[in-house]
Amino acid sequence: MNKMIRTKLSSEKLAFDYSAPKILRLKLGGNWQIGAEHPAIGEVIAHLATHADLEQITLEVFPTLSWDSGLVSFLLQLSKECKHRNIRFAHEGLPQKIEKLLMLASSSINEAIPSRKAASEPFFEMVGGKAMRAAAGLRALFDFLGEITLAFGRLAEGKACFRRDEFVYILQRCGVDALLLVSLISVLVGMIFAFVGAIQLTMFGAQIYIAHIVGIAMVRVMGAIMAGILMAGRTGASFAAELGIMQTNEEIDALKTLGVAPVDFLVIPRILALVIMLPLLTLYANMMGILGGMVVSAGMFGINPLEYWHHTLMAVTLNNLWVGLVNSLAFGIIVAIAGCYHGMKCERSAAGVGTATTSAVVSGITGIVIATAIITFICQIFGV
Amino acid sequence: MNSVLHPAIEVRDLELDYADYPVMRNLNFSVQKGDIFIVMGGSGCGKSTILKALTGLLEPIKGDILYNGINFWDADDTGQCDIMRRFGVLYQGGALWSSLTLGENVALPLQLYSKLSAAEIREMAELKLSLVGLGGYADFYPSEISGGMRKRAGLARAIALDPDIIFFDEPSAGLDPISAKMLDDLILQLRDTFDATIVVVTHELASIMAIGNNSVFLDGESKTMIAAGNPRELLANSSDPRVIQFLTRGMKSGVK
Repeated sequence: MNKMIRTKLSSEKLAFDYSAPKILRLKLGGNWQIGAEHPAIGEVIAHLATHADLEQITLEVFPTLSWDSGLVSFLLQLSKECKHRNIRFAHEGLPQKIEKLLMLASSSINEAIPSRKAASEPFFEMVGGKAMRAAAGLRALFDFLGEITLAFGRLAEGKACFRRDEFVYILQRCGVDALLLVSLISVLVGMIFAFVGAIQLTMFGAQIYIAHIVGIAMVRVMGAIMAGILMAGRTGASFAAELGIMQTNEEIDALKTLGVAPVDFLVIPRILALVIMLPLLTLYANMMGILGGMVVSAGMFGINPLEYWHHTLMAVTLNNLWVGLVNSLAFGIIVAIAGCYHGMKCERSAAGVGTATTSAVVSGITGIVIATAIITFICQIFGV
Repeated sequence: MNSVLHPAIEVRDLELDYADYPVMRNLNFSVQKGDIFIVMGGSGCGKSTILKALTGLLEPIKGDILYNGINFWDADDTGQCDIMRRFGVLYQGGALWSSLTLGENVALPLQLYSKLSAAEIREMAELKLSLVGLGGYADFYPSEISGGMRKRAGLARAIALDPDIIFFDEPSAGLDPISAKMLDDLILQLRDTFDATIVVVTHELASIMAIGNNSVFLDGESKTMIAAGNPRELLANSSDPRVIQFLTRGMKSGVK
């Protein structure tokens, strides 16, 4: 007597037949395509668990069966479960195409491949690992700085090899192409300084000193900081992305095999370009900031622009200008090195380029802030 | 019913340009269901441009492309999406998303277009990877495997949704002869088991002869197709010297 058990989900899709001793005849029918509702593998496994004496599963199909990978995936899991339970998985009753797919899928399952699921790392091991990676990163940075120093040595001897046309092009990208953005941001920063200062100064009728606040702040530090941050976000990121993609496309390897030092060819022109352009952009940003302050002073507080200019000249000393220029020079070096370092060390993947770009901007801006603090501290000590 | 009456792909009077530069004109061919259809021709003849047009990424300046009788460029956005969902594409380098593991790469189309549970998607991704010989590699990242394996993983992603039409862009390029042969065998097996229609853009003669049962030959100079048919029959019967030269690697002048 046939003992047929129907599944809860659909009687047409999966039927269990235990009529033969120690043999389960699984009958498949209905729609087993991806997305169609069909019995879960867990349901079959639960049946297997209740029949510990089972030695074989035989598969048969109803004519109503329509299938795709949905069924193959189900059968593959079932075959793995059978293997696990030492049950013979007899798939001869399946349509030939399903059998072929099952064999194709089963043949490539290589159990020797280690699982890549990360085991939970002990806390101290994790901290130690991070510390070691940070130390290795620092060593790599010093290596890179050493390479740059040697490359500048070769440049001084006239042995460094890079294309002048490309250098001019990088100069243009770092300088002229950034003017509009620097203008906008610097004017706005100057206006903000003027507004903030004016609120306090008008209480004493001393609004003419807006010129002093804006002039000194812009020329001594803010012009350089704003230009530096803009360059970190704009040029530093572009250096990292550009060199990162060159690394991914093996263009840097091609330079090495040609006997050209990649640092000479790619890094030196970029550092030189930013070191030249950032001080010039800073001077320009200073002027734009002062102009922004002047617009607010003239428009809202009735200060004559000539008078404003005169007070600016009185307030801003040559020392302020030099401090600003030294800042900008340092920022140029920091932004260029951050961009080039992260680009040259970029992993060869799209995600690697993204990481390199982000790291270049973050480390560039962090470097600018740290350098400002150090330079300000030194100026304080020497009374500059 | 449509699939019975109409070819899987039908190209009528197609004219393509690329950045305002004319690439192909007067293209007329059809791909029957279950065909392994080869688009062949020399380098720069416009093979990849045709692939872009066939996969819906490049709008032709003239002509029609029909899938199971439905004109792709006459369909609205939803209709085009429905047609494209039945495509699987294997790009030349695999085009895997580098920030995702192989399993996640294959799972993504299933997450987007099926209602399977997370566990079912994981099993399905493992199945597709197993079908292309990468069982057990689901947790690897694309950067951790070889170029040939990346290609196979790309194929696993292409067949994730059991597509009706699978497009291959230079599948054998950059592979050693054994890997290329394995990929050819895999293409045949996928056609036979999934009943898929397969379009292969290639100039690898060994692959063309091994798997193709229909083809179109493109000529870069005249910017159109100059031959069509079974590649082995073209080799035996074509009277066009350009076709003969190509199919014999220039060994014969092509003048009969």
